[in-house]
Amino acid sequence: MNAISPHTSAPRTASAGAAVSLDRLGSVVAVLIGVALFVAPFVTYRANRIVAGEARMVLDALPMTLAIGVMAAALGVALVSVTIRQPIIRLVAAALGLAVIFVAVGRAPAFLTPPGNTFARISPAFGFWLLTLAFALLVADSITRLRLGPFARLGAFAVAAAALALLLVSGAWDGLSLLKEYATRADSFWREARQHVFLALGSLAAAALVGLPLGMVCYRVPRVKAAILQILNIIQTIPSIALFGLLMVPLSILSAKVPLAASLGIHGIGAAPAFVALFLYSLLPVVANTVVGLEQVPASVIDAARGMGLSTRQRLWQVELPLAFPIILTGIRIVLVQNLGLATVAALIGGGGFGTFVFQGIGQTAIDLVLLGAIPTVALSFMAAVILDAAIDLAKGPVRD
Amino acid sequence: MSAGPILWRLAALVLLVVFITKPELFAPLFEPLTINNAPAIYNQGSLLSLTLAHLGTVFSAALASAIIAVTLGIFVTRPSGLEFLPLSRSLVNIGQTFPPIAVLAIAVPLVGFGEKPTLIALFLYGLLPIFENTLSGLTQVSPLTLEAAKGMGMSLRRRLMEVELPLALPVILAGIRLSVVISLGTATIGSTVAAKGLGEVIIAGLQSNNMAFILQGGLVVALLAVLTSDALMAVERFAARKLGQSPS
Repeated sequence: MNAISPHTSAPRTASAGAAVSLDRLGSVVAVLIGVALFVAPFVTYRANRIVAGEARMVLDALPMTLAIGVMAAALGVALVSVTIRQPIIRLVAAALGLAVIFVAVGRAPAFLTPPGNTFARISPAFGFWLLTLAFALLVADSITRLRLGPFARLGAFAVAAAALALLLVSGAWDGLSLLKEYATRADSFWREARQHVFLALGSLAAAALVGLPLGMVCYRVPRVKAAILQILNIIQTIPSIALFGLLMVPLSILSAKVPLAASLGIHGIGAAPAFVALFLYSLLPVVANTVVGLEQVPASVIDAARGMGLSTRQRLWQVELPLAFPIILTGIRIVLVQNLGLATVAALIGGGGFGTFVFQGIGQTAIDLVLLGAIPTVALSFMAAVILDAAIDLAKGPVRD
Repeated sequence: MSAGPILWRLAALVLLVVFITKPELFAPLFEPLTINNAPAIYNQGSLLSLTLAHLGTVFSAALASAIIAVTLGIFVTRPSGLEFLPLSRSLVNIGQTFPPIAVLAIAVPLVGFGEKPTLIALFLYGLLPIFENTLSGLTQVSPLTLEAAKGMGMSLRRRLMEVELPLALPVILAGIRLSVVISLGTATIGSTVAAKGLGEVIIAGLQSNNMAFILQGGLVVALLAVLTSDALMAVERFAARKLGQSPS
């Protein structure tokens, strides 16, 4: 059996083909930038919230000086990406590029909307997203090549998050359609956000409380291990909306028969079945990784601990669990990222969360409403992945690489 | 493998086939779950055609993902593509933070309701496990083996076809299995954007508060997933066994 791992790393240096002078990745990025600037529209203009949009290229979307600034910045990044190899320079160039287009796109609504018109909607279009992708590719590649330590990665992430937060709070983006959707739903947005985080984190905490002891039992008793893992594997194959729906049956019976359950807020419809379903999905990665983590503790280490006179219990707590911890943490990371994504489905059964906006948006074919649910979900998952990856590296200690 | 598990699987397969072809036979089992004399068996379409549509969507998306992901995986591990290797690792990592529903929902405005957004979401989401496993399969081939192949005078192309790919095959197949099993479940969400598939049954159950429908849809998908996973695992074992037997 293998540990469930989000990235199996077998590092092999990537500099083998360095003799060729033109940077291939840089060329791809440059082509993307070219297409984004000269072929694809920068923003979409719509007369109201749900009609089809008209495309506007960079030069038509922004005041002339700003448009030229965006062009110059993007072409500058393209030039750097083709000619310069030092990751740090590429990182700075791409980050500056991102900053320029992020600020610039916020200026488009004021420029395009006729004065007094409150119905028109301006959204970033394909060209903007393509530029973002191109710059983000360069950022991701540079950060990977710099081989930043966990603290440096967290620091870089914090800086990026702070910059984004500043843009949001400053009101620079308030004219964009996405933020108009937000403005009309500010209260429910934060309520669903809390619900989403509660569903994902709460079910993770419950799964850790149950899964860790279960994993330890599986480690000690092989017969139990086979049975438990088999059951948990089968649970994983049940599609999420079916599991959410099926759990409504026992929970509605429980709430009807047991007054205490009803008074605790356990109902057939709503957050309870979603919470239980997420909990059940979370168990497999937690249990499997606990077992694998404990099993990979070298026999020689256990022998040594035994030789030092540690009891079985002391061995578990002082030797085996600490050594298994990075792999257990990897399981937790998988569960958290998976739960943050799956929690969007909870909205289908009245469980709330960001999925509420996604499904409303699908129903109204309003893409900005879909994005209002999807973007925060992706941002949360991304944040969880970055933070837990850093934590896993810290837990492994400085021995690797 | 002992006879027990095989018998169980056969029984599950027979149950599945009988259920999707003659669901009426099972009506008494589902009746207790309905209220107000609601129908116990899904009656807005045949389970058989929904199952076939579901499988069709999943397998065409999986085939496309497998072809693209394996090709990309081979490319970034060749000397000419090595520059992309670190980046593609990070991309796989980042890609997994996108929930499938978000991909689905964003595809709708671009291609309209129906099959297409589901196919796109399944295709994109299915790339990741296959690509990741192709990478780890190809990069874990021991350098000694590659040196030996080089020493035997094998060209780059022959090394890939006769040494690296066969050695990586079991891992790649495991990625394809993971991708298909995830897709079978994810495809049910496609029904929220009007794709034909078993999700229809579940959604109809959620909308009319009919537990019998939810259970039917969920059971058929879960059985499909378990059986498909088993079948693909058998293929993996076969590939691994061939690998072990081949003269080295």
